[in-house]
Amino acid sequence: MTGIAGEIARFDNVGLRYGPDREVLCDVGFTLHAGHFYFLTGASGAGKSSLLRMLYLAQRPSRGMISLFGTDAITLPRHRLPGFRRRIGVVYQDYRLVPHLSAFDNVALPLRVAGVPERDVVQPVKDMLEWVGLADRMGARPATLSGGEQQRVAIARAVIGRPELLVADEPTGNVDPEMAIKLLRLFEALNRLGTTVVVATHDLHLLQKVPGSLIMRLDRGRMSDPTGALRYPPRRENAQP
Amino acid sequence: MNLPGMNLDDEQVQIPHRPLAPTGGPVDPAPAAPRRGWFSGRAALSGSGEGKLAGWRAFGSGGEGVLVPQARLSGPTPWVIAIMVTITVIAAATGLALRNIANAAALDLAGGVSVQIIEAQAPVRAAQAQAAQKALLGVPGVISARVVPQAELDQLLVPWLGAGMSDGDMVPVPAMIDVRIDGAANGARIAALRAALGRVAPGARVDAQSHWLAPVFEAMDSLRWLALSMIGLLALALTAAVLLSARSALGTHRRTIEIVHNLGGTDAQIARIFQRSMGMDATLGSLVGMVLGQIAVMVLGARFAGLGAGLLAGGVLRPLDWAVVALVPVAAVVLAMLTARLSVLIALRRML
Repeated sequence: MTGIAGEIARFDNVGLRYGPDREVLCDVGFTLHAGHFYFLTGASGAGKSSLLRMLYLAQRPSRGMISLFGTDAITLPRHRLPGFRRRIGVVYQDYRLVPHLSAFDNVALPLRVAGVPERDVVQPVKDMLEWVGLADRMGARPATLSGGEQQRVAIARAVIGRPELLVADEPTGNVDPEMAIKLLRLFEALNRLGTTVVVATHDLHLLQKVPGSLIMRLDRGRMSDPTGALRYPPRRENAQP
Repeated sequence: MNLPGMNLDDEQVQIPHRPLAPTGGPVDPAPAAPRRGWFSGRAALSGSGEGKLAGWRAFGSGGEGVLVPQARLSGPTPWVIAIMVTITVIAAATGLALRNIANAAALDLAGGVSVQIIEAQAPVRAAQAQAAQKALLGVPGVISARVVPQAELDQLLVPWLGAGMSDGDMVPVPAMIDVRIDGAANGARIAALRAALGRVAPGARVDAQSHWLAPVFEAMDSLRWLALSMIGLLALALTAAVLLSARSALGTHRRTIEIVHNLGGTDAQIARIFQRSMGMDATLGSLVGMVLGQIAVMVLGARFAGLGAGLLAGGVLRPLDWAVVALVPVAAVVLAMLTARLSVLIALRRML
């Protein structure tokens, strides 16, 4: 199935149910357009993480249709999933760094998974760690890094492959407010280069920090579009790389 | 490219420039096969970020930064494999030795026929034996017919009757003629010999030597099957042990696997990590098992050789047999790696 040009993701009547319980997501529908910055808000338990899991292909919906990069993601054969996942960067609230790998190796992981030759791995990883301000912590294991440092490594890992879509699930949940703003700056910088960014957060103060961002709201598994911008997004020129 | 370093306080953060993947349009039908590198098992980058090459299994520095840390010989799996390979090597060597014994004995006895001249009176018995020998040599296909000397017969009976008891007429012992014919002593050939003897020694008893030892051959055959069954059972046990080990490793490293999966790692890449890990365990275990098994086989061989028994002498392992025994650890490694790969692939199928 081919989608509309400039359309990164589209959810139509998506429902998700874990086991026999009621649906945690119900009739969710929205479209993510290329180059936009989205906030996904909602109270804890509203279904933000479940929605994101479907967005970064870690979960299939119980019903509905999901289109990613113009392709039907529901009927996507298993062997094609890794190719799609490599186009999506994911940042988790709990960082999910490999504990026995150094910061350098954690950031290098997506490149190595993609089969990038070692000679092409070293410099980009160094640059990325320098970019997030961890040039002097390259050899450090996650356990020896602070929460903010771990999250910066996680962000570096998520963006090292220059994904088209960056999904962040409560990325500022475990860092202090000052660091939260700094991390948002990183997402903004990436967004300026054309990456579509989706940040899930229940911290409403963050929404004001990114001018022009679009807001999706989940309330007990149902999507609302408070700004109306999800259905009718404002025209915006993508930043040039 | 402007790399501002720690620039998080800057209002305009700049990202190290790399070309952005094209937006929109169809995606590559499948992820590109990774070139030789980290996941293909050749090179690994130092965890210190200095870019040193480490071992083929390493995913980080010096084996410490491996994606799936390996317990080496400190875990139970290599030792379980070592024990299984030891027993399999002994079973395989035993099966091969029994086969050699059976083959040697069968070759020895195939054309052998024993003729007993059963006559109470010694002079008549001796005369019939001589006449029977002549008659047997006249039968087509008979290569030799040797009358076993009385002294030799007496010697054979000493363990049962004691010294001197079988001499003369104290205990009449049948005269024996050891006959060799070309080919196997089947029913027709035995009948021809009986017919030839009918005229000169009507009471003679003719038996194929292989017939006497048939129960022994059957017992050996059973032992060979037992050895084969043991090898089969051990292979099953090894498979089960590897399955348990792989499942345990999957459980332990589930989070790491999920991370790699979400980063676009393929099932084959993840399976390869576990396959290599198990391959290393199996190689170490198999080497230990092979050495222990070989020592056991050599010690047992030396003990049996010391018996000096004719039948057992045929059980010596030949170079080809040793080559077959040497295949046991190789087969164990292949089986372990295959089992690990398949079990991981099946487990990954349950994930999205």
